Amino acid sequence: MKNGVGVAQSIVLFGGTSEIGLAVARRLIVPGTARLVLVSRDPSAAEMAAVDIVDRSPDLEVHHIRFDAADAASMPHVVAEVVSAIGDIDVAVVAQGVLREGHDYFADPATVSEVVGVNMTGVMALLYGLADRLRSQGYGKIVLLSSVAGMRVRRSNPVYGASKAGVDGFALALDHELTGSGASILVVRPGFVTTRMTAGMRKAPFSTDAETVAARTVAAISSDKRIVWVPSALGAVFAVLRSLPTSIWRRLPF
Amino acid sequence: MTQRRLSGWGRTAWTVADVVEATDPMSVVAALSTSGPRGAIARGLGRSYGAAAQNAGGLVLVNHLEDPSAAEFLLDADTGVLEVAAGVSLDEILRRSVPRGWFVPVTPGTRFVTVGGAIASDIHGKNHHVDGSFGQHLEWLDLLLSSGEVVRLSPSEQRDWFWATVGGMGLTGVVVRAAIRLIPIETAKVTVETERLGDFDAVCAAMADPAADDQYRYSVCWVDLLARGASMGRGVLTRGDHAPRSALSNGAQRTEGALDYDPKVRIAAPPWMPNGVLNKWSIKAFNEAWFRKAPSRRHVGLESIAAFFHPLDVVRNWNTMYGSQGFIQYQFIVPLERTDVLRAVIERFSSAGVASFLAVLKRMGAQNDAPMSFPTKGWTLTLDMAAGAVGLPRLLAEVDEMVLDAGGRHYLAKDSHVSPSAVRRGYPRFDEWLSVRDQMDPRGLWRSDLARRLSLVDTGNAE
Repeated sequence: MKNGVGVAQSIVLFGGTSEIGLAVARRLIVPGTARLVLVSRDPSAAEMAAVDIVDRSPDLEVHHIRFDAADAASMPHVVAEVVSAIGDIDVAVVAQGVLREGHDYFADPATVSEVVGVNMTGVMALLYGLADRLRSQGYGKIVLLSSVAGMRVRRSNPVYGASKAGVDGFALALDHELTGSGASILVVRPGFVTTRMTAGMRKAPFSTDAETVAARTVAAISSDKRIVWVPSALGAVFAVLRSLPTSIWRRLPF
Repeated sequence: MTQRRLSGWGRTAWTVADVVEATDPMSVVAALSTSGPRGAIARGLGRSYGAAAQNAGGLVLVNHLEDPSAAEFLLDADTGVLEVAAGVSLDEILRRSVPRGWFVPVTPGTRFVTVGGAIASDIHGKNHHVDGSFGQHLEWLDLLLSSGEVVRLSPSEQRDWFWATVGGMGLTGVVVRAAIRLIPIETAKVTVETERLGDFDAVCAAMADPAADDQYRYSVCWVDLLARGASMGRGVLTRGDHAPRSALSNGAQRTEGALDYDPKVRIAAPPWMPNGVLNKWSIKAFNEAWFRKAPSRRHVGLESIAAFFHPLDVVRNWNTMYGSQGFIQYQFIVPLERTDVLRAVIERFSSAGVASFLAVLKRMGAQNDAPMSFPTKGWTLTLDMAAGAVGLPRLLAEVDEMVLDAGGRHYLAKDSHVSPSAVRRGYPRFDEWLSVRDQMDPRGLWRSDLARRLSLVDTGNAE
């Protein structure tokens, strides 16, 4: 149960090895937080990644659950497994995703299903599962890590961009559906984030880091915000970029 | 039945529940037939500050009876015993009883609480040091159990169940009716002695001596937490008792109108307030004015019941003053000899710059037989603070430890944040209460958000 000073007693992270996801979790864990569930493809990797959390919060109850982020059909069961481990979910952070930068989809078009399966189909099924649970418990917050890549899909990685555009729009509509239920969804739209996932890539303008994304996300969780841009200037930037004529958009260097 | 978003008086930790009006046993039973896996809890006027009277995803039975019938309000004019439906508020009781010369045995700082809520929280007032808490003034109470059966409990019949319900935060059943022993009064006025005290030592010294303090039925001290340096913890001590007829100056008043009582709610707080209006500076100014307003020398005067007992009720919805972020009220108690902890807690809050609009200190009397009743011999300090203050969870956790290490505890009717272990440490008879509770409600029907957070009821993660 969340408390009166905005502390989540139970936190679940989907994508238990995600750098941004773990950074959000670290900031959410304060006195009063009792339970953390890391849901990942590889629990031993998640355990390694979260070793500092366990060290710093010895009283925190930490659970690991294995899942296949691309297996949409399993998502209701995954949510049920989380609930049987900890009961009510106060905050669920959905951070799983694959990038596949530079992949040659022309050579092997069928590989789009891997990215779409994790980033979109899997996430949509998971969000339905979570939304159903949170609605029945009468409260709770889902945090979806989206990306500005979905705001106007770029030629450099259109599959990733399109998958983010899909879940972003989906999550906003699902949040609308949850109106009055006590549950809500926060969509986080970071710009280019320097993490393991983006190592070696050329930084885009307005790049940020996992800690900044986490700090802004945690601040937004305790407010009524539905969308948070990181950095916040990106909100205005994309308002312009989205309305640029195609001829100009195509000439931009990213 | 409607779905509604609910919070406590502090307007934090909102959750959604199915809400049903149920002011009599029949309608409670009817409503319970619709309850699902997340159980049910009774709610009166929603004056507990935290999440005691809300039930996320479950059922909330609202029991506030605006206009009780004669059968729902039976006052014995000879003995002063009032048999009353649990949804009746102390406001309603006072409006009907004061003109007939009777007063409630215990009143908190607001009269807008129901009898059911008063029992579930085992509320206390300015007279705790001599009269104890609300549960001690009951002849009996009728409790609707999760089985649908109504049982009469009293200190002599099924006393374990009676004392588990007093202070039991609604987790033993729904109180539907109670018999309260009212106290006789001659007038609707209170003789009040006001004294300004320059620092915290003076405050403690003035109240510490039972021989002096026990001479007053009512005694409480407002403390300025923002004053620094030599005047740290300065306060205004007010003590008094119901005024006898002879204290009224006007001869006519002594005979007619001595018991006139018609308190008004004069001002409404604006429906919305920006966050941060109540801040360190505005509260400092308020505190300064409040301190200066009190006479510098001891002063005796007459005050109305409403002015003395319920000053905040003058502003309807004063809880919106903290803006959308809401506020919390931190109330704890420590043993009498631990004034060092009181001082340390005040210094900790003061150095963290956490402003308090209201800080109240009181010396409490002996503990009663209820395992979960908050008051026990010691000092209780109560402070308000904005819920959104940066770093508050860490600060509160630190102060909680100071309180618990000193052998103190927290008041569940005010609680916003303590950990499950804080309840177990602070209330040594917790396990005893829990086993009686489980006996009274074997199917675990009664649930609240407070109960979930503090694991007061075993939900087995199966909700």
